[in-house]
Amino acid sequence: MSDDPFFTVAVAMFAGAIRVSTPFLFVSLGECLTEKSGRINLGLEGTLVFGAMSAYAISYLSGSPWLGVAAAGCSGAVFGALHGFICKLPKVNDIAIGIALMLFGSGLAFFFGKSFIQPTAPRLSAIDFGFLTSNPQMKVALQINPLFFVGLVAALALWWALRNTRFGLVVRMTGDSAATARAMGTSVDLVRFLATTIGGFSAGIGGAFLSLYYPGSWNEGLSSGQGLMAVALVIFSRWNPIACVAAALLFGAAGALGPALQSVGISQGYHFFNAAPHILTLAIMIASTSPKRSLKGAPGELSITK
Amino acid sequence: MTKFTLSRRSLLKSAAAGLVTAPVFGIERAAAAGLTIGIIYVGPRDDYGWNQAHAVAAKALKLVPGVTVVEEENVPETIAVQKTMESMIQLDGAKLIFATSFGYFDPHMVEMAKKFPQVEFRHAIGLWQKDKHPSNAGSYYAYLHQAHYVDGIAAGLSTKTGKLGFIAAKPISSVLSNINAFAMGVRKVNPTATVQVIFTGDWALPVREAEAANALADSGCDVLTCHVDSPKVVVETAEKRGVKSCGHNASQASLAPKGFITGAEYKWETVYKYFADLLAKGQKLPNFERGGYDKDYVQNTAFGAGATEEAKKAAAAAIADLKANKPYVSGPLKDNKGVEVLAAGKVVDNYDVFLETTNYLVEGVVGSMT
Repeated sequence: MSDDPFFTVAVAMFAGAIRVSTPFLFVSLGECLTEKSGRINLGLEGTLVFGAMSAYAISYLSGSPWLGVAAAGCSGAVFGALHGFICKLPKVNDIAIGIALMLFGSGLAFFFGKSFIQPTAPRLSAIDFGFLTSNPQMKVALQINPLFFVGLVAALALWWALRNTRFGLVVRMTGDSAATARAMGTSVDLVRFLATTIGGFSAGIGGAFLSLYYPGSWNEGLSSGQGLMAVALVIFSRWNPIACVAAALLFGAAGALGPALQSVGISQGYHFFNAAPHILTLAIMIASTSPKRSLKGAPGELSITK
Repeated sequence: MTKFTLSRRSLLKSAAAGLVTAPVFGIERAAAAGLTIGIIYVGPRDDYGWNQAHAVAAKALKLVPGVTVVEEENVPETIAVQKTMESMIQLDGAKLIFATSFGYFDPHMVEMAKKFPQVEFRHAIGLWQKDKHPSNAGSYYAYLHQAHYVDGIAAGLSTKTGKLGFIAAKPISSVLSNINAFAMGVRKVNPTATVQVIFTGDWALPVREAEAANALADSGCDVLTCHVDSPKVVVETAEKRGVKSCGHNASQASLAPKGFITGAEYKWETVYKYFADLLAKGQKLPNFERGGYDKDYVQNTAFGAGATEEAKKAAAAAIADLKANKPYVSGPLKDNKGVEVLAAGKVVDNYDVFLETTNYLVEGVVGSMT
């Protein structure tokens, strides 16, 4: 332990960035892909909560946390597929369906999750990089869950695939101009259906991280809006998966600021520090938007930017 | 397995019988019942904490013959609770409402009590005042701070670093009195120890609670406790970090087999049982019901592996004193800004409202309320 308060806060923010960012990362990556294809899925908050519940439940019942992660991904994919399927019906608004699915997902998770609040399920373990340092606080901060790395790799892969592959081209084309995609013989509905399904899968994994690693317990207040914030992160990071990583890390670090400052005795105005992530988002949004041009990188078919 | 067959004829018969008798039974039951009780929870009824403690104990009310209980969970501390109360009164015919969360009281419960003078309202935290609030409202409360004081004594003798952490939801009187009682317990047996407090801002924020527990462990605290709705995350995070913990609300002993010291628990069942007995006799509930160790309204969780022998002994002695209703707060007492809150030589009775109108943090607590 160190007595230097600056060091303590810095370590807490570094550790917080890694611990808290992973669910943000998975949800925003999923949403990034969905939005690139021209749809918005606001239901990912519900998917995240249901993913958290199903991961915990399956881990408890089967004894294998990784099976729980798989279950969370699959249930997330089902929610994504449901959104994708309903939205392809005529005259359906994707935002309204998203809100409906958000409430549906959370409600269903609360319903099935009742009996899993008390039991203690096997949790995911971390990879220990503590040998890199001799500082005890850093040793703890460097216990990193493998899902974090999976998220990083997924972000890189998505970024590369969107730019360099035929798959990426088709997704971007569908997202920028449905008419063009149809003219090219691509099924717009199918592409969006798949993009939303994969997006839901990713958000489900994010939920598994919440209940099986950090904070590592299932209860109904677990997500407290992280799924919604992650959707905002996508706009914030301009539909760029690499920027999503940065945004998620920034959010994680900002979230750790409030508790860390109080732990070293700087406790005046903790409400303000606790709200740091939200204030940060507002500030960056205001600084980076302009009424004179549309958001850079925004898919042309997106119902909020159209 | 028993064989169960149902012929079409018997089905028709019983359905017809049901049609005839159901309304009759309905009327009879309603006449005998006379009392419908509405209970409102701020979170899920099975949260391993505050709401569960109430819900489990409130089952005693359901056993009173003729009493019907309607419950609603996850009701926020907003205008929503007024709507819930109104629908319980208008639609379910509730004549007695138990509102179990702090923020339900003012203005929501007060408004409703004025609007429905024939309905009785009871609030589970001590905010009701005789001369200020409607007479059909009231409060009941168990002095959990007595159990936190015992926690503090055990924790103060189980810490090595002399730094303890307290994760609290909101800086309101019932939370502050628990923090203060914990700190007073700690400093009674370990005068140089400090209690570092972190306010998260709300009753259930699992991610921030985990961050707070990690931050406290990082800054050198080796015992953590909390006052949040569901202490599971804090106790489990403490165990993961290899620091000791004290519980809150209900028993969390099984979550921390290595580091659990003891915990402050409500015994709401004693309170609700007492209420149920009054109702069964057809009596009105008191407007102002209080009690601590002396009335068996609170208890401490059985000691875990984190408690030292010395701690167990001192805590047991403190419990015996509290059971005999011996005062444990006396002057001189200063707040953590150095302002005197209690003059030297003054002794505070355990039932004194001084202990539940806390708006300061005592000396030895590091942190601020704003």
